[in-house]
This record gives sequence, C-alpha cells and structure tokens, in this order.
Amino acid sequence: MGFKEALAKGEFVITAEVGPPKGTDISEMVHHVEALKGKVTALNVTDNQSAVMRISTLAVSKILLDLGVEPIYQMTCRDRNRLGLQSDLLGAAVLGIKNVLALTGDHTTLGDHKSAKPVFDLESVQLLQVIQGLNEGHDMAGNELKGKTDFFAGAIVTPEANPFEPQFAKFEKKIEAGAKFFQTQAVYDIKKFHAFMDRASKYNVPILAGILLLKSAGMARFLNKFVAGISVPDELIQELANSEKPLAKGIEIAGRQIRELRNVCAGVHIMAIGAEDKVPDILAAAGI
Amino acid sequence: MIVAEPKKLEEIKQMTDKFDRILMVGCGTCTTVCLTGGEREVNLMATALRLARKVEGRDVEIGEQTILRQCDFEYIDELKDVHNYQAIVSLACGAGIQGIARKFPEMPVLPGVNTKFIGFNEEFGYYTEQCKACGDCILHLTGGICPIARCAKGLLNGPCGGTNNGKCEIGSDKDCAWTLIYNQLERQGNLKQFKEIIAAKDFAKAGNIRSMDLRKAGD
Ligand code: SF4
Ligand code: SF4
Repeated sequence: MGFKEALAKGEFVITAEVGPPKGTDISEMVHHVEALKGKVTALNVTDNQSAVMRISTLAVSKILLDLGVEPIYQMTCRDRNRLGLQSDLLGAAVLGIKNVLALTGDHTTLGDHKSAKPVFDLESVQLLQVIQGLNEGHDMAGNELKGKTDFFAGAIVTPEANPFEPQFAKFEKKIEAGAKFFQTQAVYDIKKFHAFMDRASKYNVPILAGILLLKSAGMARFLNKFVAGISVPDELIQELANSEKPLAKGIEIAGRQIRELRNVCAGVHIMAIGAEDKVPDILAAAGI
Repeated sequence: MIVAEPKKLEEIKQMTDKFDRILMVGCGTCTTVCLTGGEREVNLMATALRLARKVEGRDVEIGEQTILRQCDFEYIDELKDVHNYQAIVSLACGAGIQGIARKFPEMPVLPGVNTKFIGFNEEFGYYTEQCKACGDCILHLTGGICPIARCAKGLLNGPCGGTNNGKCEIGSDKDCAWTLIYNQLERQGNLKQFKEIIAAKDFAKAGNIRSMDLRKAGD
C-alpha cells in the first residue's frame, strides 16, 4: 500500500530517509535502501541536506522507484527559483513520484559552498501553494498546463521550537497552503509533543513524529548545542553515557520513543543519519 | 543612509600601483556619517598610502578633496584640478563612485570602499542593514520590520525551523526577524496579520537596470 493510502487508512506509518551521496558511487546508498525495503512505507530523499552539495533528489527518487521503494521527494527553495522548482516538479510527476515534502532549506552559509548565492525566490508556504496550483492544472503564473500533477504534498513542523507560537502559526499557514501531511523535527520532549498534538489534532492532518537515532552522548550534546529545535533531555544523555554500547542504547531509546508515540500520532519518521541499516533494529526494539 | 566599509590598504595600493598622481575624493554625506569616506578618512587613507609607497621608494602625489555629495553632479563640478591627476580614488558609495566616473569618462575611477547596504547606526561604530530596496515595500504587513533585508532567507510567512531562542540559524548574534515581527504584531494586537499568507514576491521589481521616471504622467 502506498504512503498516502496508508495514512488515509489510519495505519501507523513508518518512514525513514536516505541522504544522496556526494559523488557517483551509490552502492552504499542502494544497500541502505534495500535494507529498508518492505520495512518502511516510504523513504524521504533529502535535498542537498544541510546545504551540502550531493546527487540531485530527483535522480535519487527515481532510483528508489526503480528499486521498488516509494520516495518522498524533499524539495527546498534554497537552490532553485520558481522556474527551476516547477520544472523539477513536473519532471518528478512524469517520473512517477507522488509525494513531495516542501521545505525552505537550510541557509547556504551552513553548508559546504558558503559563497553560493542563496535563492529563496519562494519559501515553504508558497511552494505548497505552487504544488496545489500544479495539481489544479496551472503554473504559478496562471498558465494552463498540458497535463496536471497529482502530488501528495507535505511539510515539516518543529514541535519543540523556541519560541513556539510563531512556529505554530506557520504550521497553520502550511495547512492552508495545501500541506496534507507533516513530518516533525526530532521529538524528545513527549510532554511538549502532546501539547502540540492537542492543538494540532483539530486540523485532522496526519503527523509523523521525528525520531532521530542518538548514536552517542557526544552526538546528543552536539545536537543540543548546534541544532535548533532539538533538546535531548539530560536523562537520555546520561543513559547513553553510562552505556558500554551507546549505539545499541540509542536503538533501544528510539524503539522506546516509538512505542510511546504509537497512540499519539499518525506515524513516525526515523532519521538514522548514515545508519539507515539500523532502522530495522529500531523497529524491532519498538515491537513493530 | 548607505553604509560602506573601507577597502583594505593593500587592495587600494594594488589598484593604484601604476599611478604616481592620484586624487582621493571623499563624500560629505553617507560615507562621512558611517566614518568610511569623509574628509578625515580621506586624509587617513591618503597618508597610509603615501607611507606605503615611500617604504617601497616610489613616492606618490595624492590630492585630497571632499565634496558634499558624489551622487549629485552639481557638487562633483566643485572638484578642482582633476586633470592634474592620473586617477581618482573615490570614498563614496557605489552611486557616488559612478557619479565621478560619469563626469570624468577619460579618467580611471577606482573604488576606495565596499558599499554594503542601506541601514542605520545602532551604536557607535555598529551599523545594521534595514532595507534591500526591493521596489515593493511590505512593511505595513510585517510590523515595520523588513523580512527581506533582516531575515537571512528573506522569508515572507514566518520563521524557518532554524530559529533558535529568537536568534537566526546563521548566527546566534543575529536576531531572527520573524520572531521580532511576531512579537511586534502581538504587541499591536494584530496576530491576524501574521496568519495571513503573503504571496510570493514580484522580483521583477527588484531586478537590474531599474529607473524611476517622474516625467511619465498618470502611472
Ligand atoms: S520591504 Fe522592500 S522596500 Fe520595504 S524595507 Fe524591505 S526591502 Fe526595503
Ligand atoms: S532563523 Fe529567522 S531570520 Fe534566520 S532565516 Fe530563519 S526565519 Fe529568517
């Protein structure tokens, strides 16, 4: 069953992600995808993640289709203007890509080509509107398309953002602009997540909670220090620090988090960041 | 005002290397206010350049003049004995430098500053950008705070996921414009405005080769 259909049916949906590599050797990526095939409903394909240049998302999404895995095509507004975004979307549609995750994208100065001219001609909310327009059969300028798209568009939200209110208002705008599902930034504070879900549930849009695999106490501290909207609680950091096998501990923690979220939201989105082959272990730890 | 920073002496030295008689021209308006290209800075830069050339044993003659505005042709007319020099170094903004270049097309005109932005002076020696001259002002929608100039991504519909305790993802020393806008609209009891989707910008209005023609009637 496809991603959209599984959400519509109310199944607890699991997604994970693959990061396209830098360079033309895709063997490791293909290995990861194959390890996840059948274990997850769909796989996100990141778009020059963290503003680091890699293989194009469109190409890797097509490779996923060929491998028999449903892609969620991530599209940021950082590297292309409205012409580029729309033409890639039409390209994705004819290649058979159904799901698009609309993002603004990290700033170029955070990546590996710091001197690049950042585009941001559009941003996530406007990109969602554009996708809606393509689905209706017209481009952004109002020109009629010869053949329309049929995308299932989604967006992201950061339930632990600080301050939270502006983030929530933007979440509402994304729904208004056509977001049909959400994946969240990593969730660690279950209380805050409950509070977010209480307010979000009235919109009846499926939300997949982000699960970020912690591989060590050092990694957790790094996230707290450098990644906005993520705060790993001290207890978890201690748990990792006290463990002799931190990776196994991280897998156990992720499994536990998924169990806790099972009845709270529509599914989970697992970010294993380079350890995609561990996703099946996380699912086993979650009892799925 | 327009804010500019002085170019490094080394760069100015390289640009002027083949000239022995240089006119250095300051501007009495914006670059004077931002302490980059007024009478005082012309004197400092000229003195430094003379010294640097002396060290190399190649003396240079530098004339120093400062006019009220280099972006206004009538003031440029006040410059004296320009043709006694081989080149002009201008310490005005990009418009001022080009004003001089337009008036003296036969002379090489060299930039002595890097023009940075339209902004204001927050405190002594500290300037911030406020406007990108986008050609279609939306400050009435954003609580008087410009997201085009002050959000790192020029976003129009609220903060990105990178905002961190009210700071921007590109650096914790920079305020997140969208947090400021939210707080401002909240203060004004106008969060309704925040929730309205702002359409994609018409960047044709911010494009190159812009002009304004007041002679055109009825537009
Ligand atoms: S909206 Fe445009 S004109 Fe208005 S302050 Fe910002 S950049 Fe300047
Ligand atoms: S953190 Fe705020 S100012 Fe910085 S890019 Fe994001 S929205 Fe813009």
